[in-house]
Amino acid sequence: MSAVLATGPAGDTEYEPPAEPVAGAKRRWWVPYLQLLPGGVWLLLFFAVPVGLLASSTLWDPSGSLETGYEMTWRWQNFSDGLQTYAPQFWRSLEYSFIATVACLLLGYPLAYAIALKGGRWRNLMLVAVIAPFFTSFLVRTLAWKTILSDHGWVMDVLRMTPFFGPDDRLLATPFAVVAGLTYNFLPFMVLPLYASLGKLDPRLLEAAGDLYANPIKSFLRVTLPLSLPGVVGGTLMTFIPAAGDYINAELLGSPATTMIGNVIQSQYLRVNDIPVAAALSFILMAGILVLVTVYVAVSGTDEVV
Amino acid sequence: MSVVHNPVAAVSAATGTPSPGGLALTRVTKRFGAFTAVDDLTLHIPEGSFFALLGASGCGKTTTLRMVAGLEEPTSGSITLGGSDITRMRPYQRPVNTVFQSYALFPHMTIEQNVAFGMQQRKVRRSEIRPAVQAMLELVQLADYGHRRPAQLSGGQQQRVALARALVNHPQVLLLDEPLGALDLKLRRQMQIELKRIQTEVGLTFVHVTHDQEEAMTMADTVAVMHAGRIEQLGAPTEIYEFPASAFVANFLGQSNLLTAQIHGPSGADIAVEAYGSRFAVPAARSRVTSGPAYLGVRPEKLHVTTGAVPEGHNAVPGVITDSSYVGVSTQYLVRAPWGAELAVFAPNSGTGGPLQPGADVTLFWHPAHSFLLAADGEASSLVEQP
Repeated sequence: MSAVLATGPAGDTEYEPPAEPVAGAKRRWWVPYLQLLPGGVWLLLFFAVPVGLLASSTLWDPSGSLETGYEMTWRWQNFSDGLQTYAPQFWRSLEYSFIATVACLLLGYPLAYAIALKGGRWRNLMLVAVIAPFFTSFLVRTLAWKTILSDHGWVMDVLRMTPFFGPDDRLLATPFAVVAGLTYNFLPFMVLPLYASLGKLDPRLLEAAGDLYANPIKSFLRVTLPLSLPGVVGGTLMTFIPAAGDYINAELLGSPATTMIGNVIQSQYLRVNDIPVAAALSFILMAGILVLVTVYVAVSGTDEVV
Repeated sequence: MSVVHNPVAAVSAATGTPSPGGLALTRVTKRFGAFTAVDDLTLHIPEGSFFALLGASGCGKTTTLRMVAGLEEPTSGSITLGGSDITRMRPYQRPVNTVFQSYALFPHMTIEQNVAFGMQQRKVRRSEIRPAVQAMLELVQLADYGHRRPAQLSGGQQQRVALARALVNHPQVLLLDEPLGALDLKLRRQMQIELKRIQTEVGLTFVHVTHDQEEAMTMADTVAVMHAGRIEQLGAPTEIYEFPASAFVANFLGQSNLLTAQIHGPSGADIAVEAYGSRFAVPAARSRVTSGPAYLGVRPEKLHVTTGAVPEGHNAVPGVITDSSYVGVSTQYLVRAPWGAELAVFAPNSGTGGPLQPGADVTLFWHPAHSFLLAADGEASSLVEQP
């Protein structure tokens, strides 16, 4: 830095340092708070307050109704009731979203790797292709999958020609369809953080690894993978968290046997109108995910996500 | 015009008969599309030498290095190391290590892990790795930094880690790709001495790519000056500096005054030339050509400036000082010769009088043994100051 100043473009004209910023008391301390204000107010009104209301509704007496109103009876039993009744759906949600996350990682990593490191001039086009599905509604895309996997769709027609599928076997309304739908819908959320992480990878590090006797597989395991770990953590979180609470895929592609906790919460709120139990289930899901994520991030040992 | 010395002949002259353990490049060419980065290069680097590839950016020196490392594949030609052909070997199969210009340290590993990386890949036993890493960190004076991450080290320290990471593997050839380019001047000088010390200590073959002529001259036993994908001259630093093979070398390595001259022919042990109406003598042993047009070259520090008489047996040119800059150890003058060209003179400030002032009428003189005669080929003409 000093060398730059000494021989800077100004040459022999004297270098004049910029004026010192006004120090201490005169600095307007409230400016950063002012900048936080709009977002803060928004979060307060539309996040903090609703979460507070939701939290209090978990302890209402479930014998009330929307017409008669609910009574605050501090009924902690709502949690144990919900957990007991819907434990299978909880486990199923975690299982499906876990499988979908792993599938997204297995599909997304090579894809992100190819785009980031081998994309060349096609890189932007490939990224657009990853994001393009967002131009269509989530619901419409899932309905399209319903058509693709339907009993008389071309996928089944082809599969029935193989010896593994009998005339009564189906894809739609199976756990496979739900997990496949989740995988499809959340794949971009896996690819984008991975791409961001792999795009930052300095290819010269791979040259150095090769120069130091690491074959391509070893280079990947010792250099590429550890350096893309923030993307892996970010991508799995962005996939697992929304997938665990998703109900659209189970609703459209599944059957009553594949009900996820999201479907239970949705029907408790909108059909059964059992608001206290629905709220308690939401909180259990939230807390469960929070614990899992905390453990996961702590174990993976990355300070920065993405 | 007959050329006495050509660069290819100089190659074998400088390195003698190829030693079996050395690195040899034979007729290596590398093209990137229509661009020829390295053009029919033949080079032998003896085992245990400190060899510098010197050239401006884009001359092909880094491409040459990368081909030896295996990071680029030659379009044609072959590379052998210790007698075995490594031309098509993958980088991880070669007993060659590189100190990269950017260092390319693994940011997620500690310094120890970085240095241990190569040995781990070669499946060296764990009990051997630890002491080797520690000894290497001591050699580069970073013994206490093993548990830090690269980002916590200064540029000079990172450079030494990169060196340790490569050296610990005892490669047959260590390649250094402008390893000191990112350091400031003082640190660079320090590291040059350090590198030279380490090379003497470990006795490995070092191939050092640089564009810094001073760096090449102070560190290397042998310097190859590259230009446009070819080697212009190869030899010991003093040899190249004192008797450059071409006008390019004369001006790339230091600075030279080149006078356009016409050769008259031999006179005794000298060759008589005429430049701008004056007769000069150049020893035949310092002539690259014996007839036709030529450049008469003299280094600025070999020119003496006087207001008095010229000593016996010297060549002389009258002139007027147009510029004088005092730089402490010496004074640098520009002197306009009668034909209009300006000659550079570096005069040591060893006299008792002050420096001469611009406008003074002076005589420049030099000993014939300090001048050299080069072929006046077309390409070099742009390097000669025209009147």
